[in-house]
Amino acid sequence: MIRTILIDDEPLARSITREYLQGYPDIEIVQECNDGFEGVKAISQHKPDLIFLDIQMPKINGFEMLELIDTPPAVIFTTAFDEYAMKAFEAHAIDYLLKPFSKDRFDKAMQKWKQQKQSASEPVKILSEEIRQPEERNRIVVKEGSNIRIIPVHEIQYIEAYDDYVKIFTLKEMFLKKKTMGFYEQSLNADQFVRVHRSYIIQLSQLTRIEPLEKDTHIALLKTGAKIPLSKTGYAKLKTVLGL
Amino acid sequence: MATLPKFLSSRLILGYLAWWIVLTIIQAYAITDAFHFTWEVALLDSGCIIFLAAISGQIMHNTVRYYQPSIKRSFHMIIWGIALAVLCVVGHRFIMTNYLIPDDSAYLTYLAGSYIFRGVFTWIMISMMGTISWVWFYFQDQRARESYEQDVAKLAREAELTTLRQQLQPHFLFNSLNSISALAGTRPEEARKMIQQLSDFLRGTIKRDNQQLVTLEEELRHLQLYLDIEKVRFGHRMKTEIEKDEASLTMVLPSLLLQPIVENAIKFGLYDTTGEITIRVTARAVENNLKVTVENPFDAETTQPRQGVGFGLAGIQRRLYLLYARNHLLTTRQLENQIFITEVTIPQT
Repeated sequence: MIRTILIDDEPLARSITREYLQGYPDIEIVQECNDGFEGVKAISQHKPDLIFLDIQMPKINGFEMLELIDTPPAVIFTTAFDEYAMKAFEAHAIDYLLKPFSKDRFDKAMQKWKQQKQSASEPVKILSEEIRQPEERNRIVVKEGSNIRIIPVHEIQYIEAYDDYVKIFTLKEMFLKKKTMGFYEQSLNADQFVRVHRSYIIQLSQLTRIEPLEKDTHIALLKTGAKIPLSKTGYAKLKTVLGL
Repeated sequence: MATLPKFLSSRLILGYLAWWIVLTIIQAYAITDAFHFTWEVALLDSGCIIFLAAISGQIMHNTVRYYQPSIKRSFHMIIWGIALAVLCVVGHRFIMTNYLIPDDSAYLTYLAGSYIFRGVFTWIMISMMGTISWVWFYFQDQRARESYEQDVAKLAREAELTTLRQQLQPHFLFNSLNSISALAGTRPEEARKMIQQLSDFLRGTIKRDNQQLVTLEEELRHLQLYLDIEKVRFGHRMKTEIEKDEASLTMVLPSLLLQPIVENAIKFGLYDTTGEITIRVTARAVENNLKVTVENPFDAETTQPRQGVGFGLAGIQRRLYLLYARNHLLTTRQLENQIFITEVTIPQT
């Protein structure tokens, strides 16, 4: 039996996928989820082979939900977004179904999935930053044990590289997330966040002082007292951003 | 005031000068012919008065540039013209007797006998300048107003298109069609009903004039169509409450104003929380204003403190400003970090 999960905040939208799936007796719907939170839980619990995922959903969107899953299953997106936006990551999802979609179109997506199942499947990667939703610039979604936390970016002090992960330091806590520094350097607002070192990105509003350390090297002092080393280029970048 | 192209303005000045020179020569000829003065005396006499008249004409031109009286008030200009003419005649006499031709008794006799004629002639010249200038500036104003009106019309059209685009959010449309598609399989009667609702809503959106004022009652009817559609999609977690007092129903507001505000509240409420939400719309008549508030829940912990009113509402704020030329007709506030309130105030005239 092939196990699948439907994740969409509109029950009627799920019902159409459910109806189309009746023609596939070898596929079992193990759960239906109303939002990304339920989705993350259901996926880690049931380890499905395939999921149908909406993008615009409460709290966290479909992309953010996928970020929280270490080994995501095969994904078919079901969305009302336009084709142009969806092209950006076409290559890495099995397929995307634009609402409203027909049974024929649905069957084609399933065929695609069956073909790809033969070869080793690749996890979904979002190819382009352009399709990221505006709300994603304002928040970072992290997993803390089995809880999902949404961190508003204005609460971030700095981000530090940590092997394959980054440590995100808020005013009170620290979170780990499997992402690269380059990702955050790109996706966070450049007026707000500056990469001052190969291993550090700081939030400008947290900065209180820049002090010389030795000849040619500087450190940044943050409001919380944290000291962040500045690389030569990082120091120069900081000076231009601050207009010094 | 539109400025003239360079070549035109320099040609105009040349023509203007030539006109005065020709006039000087004609007048000088007339004087030599009638009174048998020498050409020198005649040219000095006529050159002096024409020069003064030219200056007065220029003064008149500049006066009209900044003050264009209506036909009723045109006597202002007539009086001003007479005053200038008198000044010209007095100035002419002063210059001629003191500097140019001080002791030619024949000339002085001629001068004393021609005040009236000279005055009337100068006055006619000055008035002519004034009239030409008045017409000139009138047409320039007209042209400026026309291009201004064209700009305004263009802006209005663009605004209309933008609202249309805002109203017919493709996302809303496609999701609604998807719901219909889902209903068509299992509950065809409901699918048919939703098609009806969506059609009525779209028709209401397309046919209405952006500038038009409608009663609150009518606007709420249109809003209800929208809410009914959204309830098919989100009825499992969204409730709506509409309260209004009797007096507010007949008050007027710009058409299609409430739906985008409610749409914004629904989006905010639905996507910022996961539980059940209530969208509350309240309309009250407060003195001579219609006040409508729209409430939606939000999560203070994950929502950034918002600067301004946010993108979805900025367009509505702009529209209200264009229509009523007043700021702060749309305001937002937060209640106990749980409820977000959008309030619009519509002045009644």
